[in-house]
Amino acid sequence: MWLWFHKLSSPPYAYRTAGLVRPWLFWPAILLMIVGAIGGLVLAPEDYQQKDAFRIIYVHVPSASLSLMIYTVMAVAAGVGMIWRIKLAHAVAAACAPIGAWFTVATLVTGSIYGKPMWGTWWEWDPRLTSELILLFLYLGYMALRASFDDTQRADRASAILAIVGVVNVPIVKYSVVWWNSLHQGPSISKLAAPSIEGSMLWPLLIMMLAFILYFGAVLCDRLRGEILRRERNASWLSESLA
Amino acid sequence: MLAQVAATSPQPQLEARAVHLWRGEKHLLRGVSFALYSGELLQVVGPNGVGKTSLLRCVAGLLPTESGEIVWQGQQLPEGRDEFHRELAYLAHVNGLKAELTALENLRFGVSVRRAVTTEELRETLQLLHVEACADLPVRALSAGQKRRVALARIMLTRASLWILDEPITNLDKAGIALFEARIAEHMRTGGMILTAAHQLLLQGQPGVRTLELR
Amino acid sequence: MQSSVQTTPGLGKILMLVLARDLRLAVRHWDQVLQPLIFFVIVTTLFPLAISPALDELRKISPGVLWVAAMLASLLALESLFRPDVEDGTMEQWVLSGQPLSLLLLAKTLTHWLLTGLPLVLMAPIVGTALGMPQSVWPVLAATLALGTGSLSVLGAIGAALTVSVRRGSVLLALLVLPLEMPVLIFGARAVDLAMHGEPVAGPLNLLAALLLFFVSLGPFAMAAAMRISVES
Repeated sequence: MWLWFHKLSSPPYAYRTAGLVRPWLFWPAILLMIVGAIGGLVLAPEDYQQKDAFRIIYVHVPSASLSLMIYTVMAVAAGVGMIWRIKLAHAVAAACAPIGAWFTVATLVTGSIYGKPMWGTWWEWDPRLTSELILLFLYLGYMALRASFDDTQRADRASAILAIVGVVNVPIVKYSVVWWNSLHQGPSISKLAAPSIEGSMLWPLLIMMLAFILYFGAVLCDRLRGEILRRERNASWLSESLA
Repeated sequence: MLAQVAATSPQPQLEARAVHLWRGEKHLLRGVSFALYSGELLQVVGPNGVGKTSLLRCVAGLLPTESGEIVWQGQQLPEGRDEFHRELAYLAHVNGLKAELTALENLRFGVSVRRAVTTEELRETLQLLHVEACADLPVRALSAGQKRRVALARIMLTRASLWILDEPITNLDKAGIALFEARIAEHMRTGGMILTAAHQLLLQGQPGVRTLELR
Repeated sequence: MQSSVQTTPGLGKILMLVLARDLRLAVRHWDQVLQPLIFFVIVTTLFPLAISPALDELRKISPGVLWVAAMLASLLALESLFRPDVEDGTMEQWVLSGQPLSLLLLAKTLTHWLLTGLPLVLMAPIVGTALGMPQSVWPVLAATLALGTGSLSVLGAIGAALTVSVRRGSVLLALLVLPLEMPVLIFGARAVDLAMHGEPVAGPLNLLAALLLFFVSLGPFAMAAAMRISVES
């Protein structure tokens, strides 16, 4: 009885909730982004070594953390969907993938823009960038597998297995790439890491981080609504709410 | 008290309760229910595309049900799935035989995964279905009807109590059908159960033989 | 009912059964078994042609060449790992056999390794010599391939189980499996490279062994879950 109720009620409920929550994530995200941008691009002092080039970390670092975080969210949602057979969790996982892939692309692009003045090349086989690239492959594989099934339910479960296998592999990839790179140079060479950073440089970064997370939440709400609409296109609640 | 009830009204061994199934956009099974008791043959009938195969695959546990329950000996699947599968012999449209292996090799592997079996036993069963001459030929070389008979031999050898057979008599000639009906009757007499999807009804009018019509 | 007391075979027995069946099938299809190995040799031949016949240059890239070629050969053989069984209905019978599907699939994966991984291990030193690899590296090369191709077989089998019901799934399979296999490539190829420079290789070899153990112990469950979805179609 509970299952029946739960199954029947949750897509419309989730659809409405996502719609209600979305502005509360989106507008603060924009606001924080503006504050963070001013803080990072105007107020923060120039780096004594890297000059103004370092300022790209205000986009690069949050994107990088988000790309990894979203993969984890995706895998957890997929796992929840598998174990408790919750369709909504699968919808969340499906909605996560393209967002995560875009953040990964953003990380790679900003990383390579940053590399030009720093290393003199557009691409450096830096361990962070390399593992981001592999992460992008993992996202692409996930989306390709999902797209290759006609049946949404089978796509959900097959891609969930891949997401779980992938998330188990992420630390292994990370570690192997760092090890691989350390054979050529010291592991601390990666300049994109900001181990010691001054306060006036740090607070805009933290603000940007928060802004990006909220922004992810807002986009997730949007995509989730789209995903629910696609999955429930034949459901009665939808035609009723449209009529 | 409970035991008394069980003794007077036998419990169904296999039960489907309000099984719903969608295939893509199509709502294929709309609340199908049935009960199967020891010694019964239930034949699922209906036009092509009505979901006979899907129902059989649902019951066998190959397809997850959208809603509804499949209950085996009082336990709702997938709880106790492995025990259920050990009591189940399933025959699909495809025979599940390797074309490169001989009939005997196919049977030996197919049965040994479940229980120990001797070559004599395998040959005897092939003889029951009049395909003993095919024993040492690669399955590739057999006719469609002979392949079906070998596949049915595997079902018999499995010693499962429940047979789920999807159009078992496809490609069988008259003699083959008669042989097979005799095996089914034998299985029912020893308390076995059979669930089939069929266009042509078997053992019509015999006790314990029922049909389930899908629309 | 005849079936109430039935002794089911033990897990070791089942492993041997599957192994015996698949090896017998391989013998009757020996031409198909050879194909990935020929592919391996051809791919390694491409590099001297594309880069330079100078052994000095080839020696530098030989660990990478051998490892990439081994990865691709292993991938190529995956296509036929589960597909024939799924198409002729034998896989369905396995799913319904009441035996642990993960074990049955692990046994099949082991056959895949015996038929592609092991021959690669044996052939790699010969091909390596043609690329200027010194004899002293042979043991390390064989060890990395032996450990590494095992991991490749398991990861590949997960991908194969996921894509077996997808039509024209071989490109998709490569897309799914290759990124997951990259750590194995890194440790394998780098260990051979280190050995060529006379440096200790215990570290990466241990890591390869750890990865193999990890994948063999968890991989079969992912394979079984994926296969149950694939036989639904």
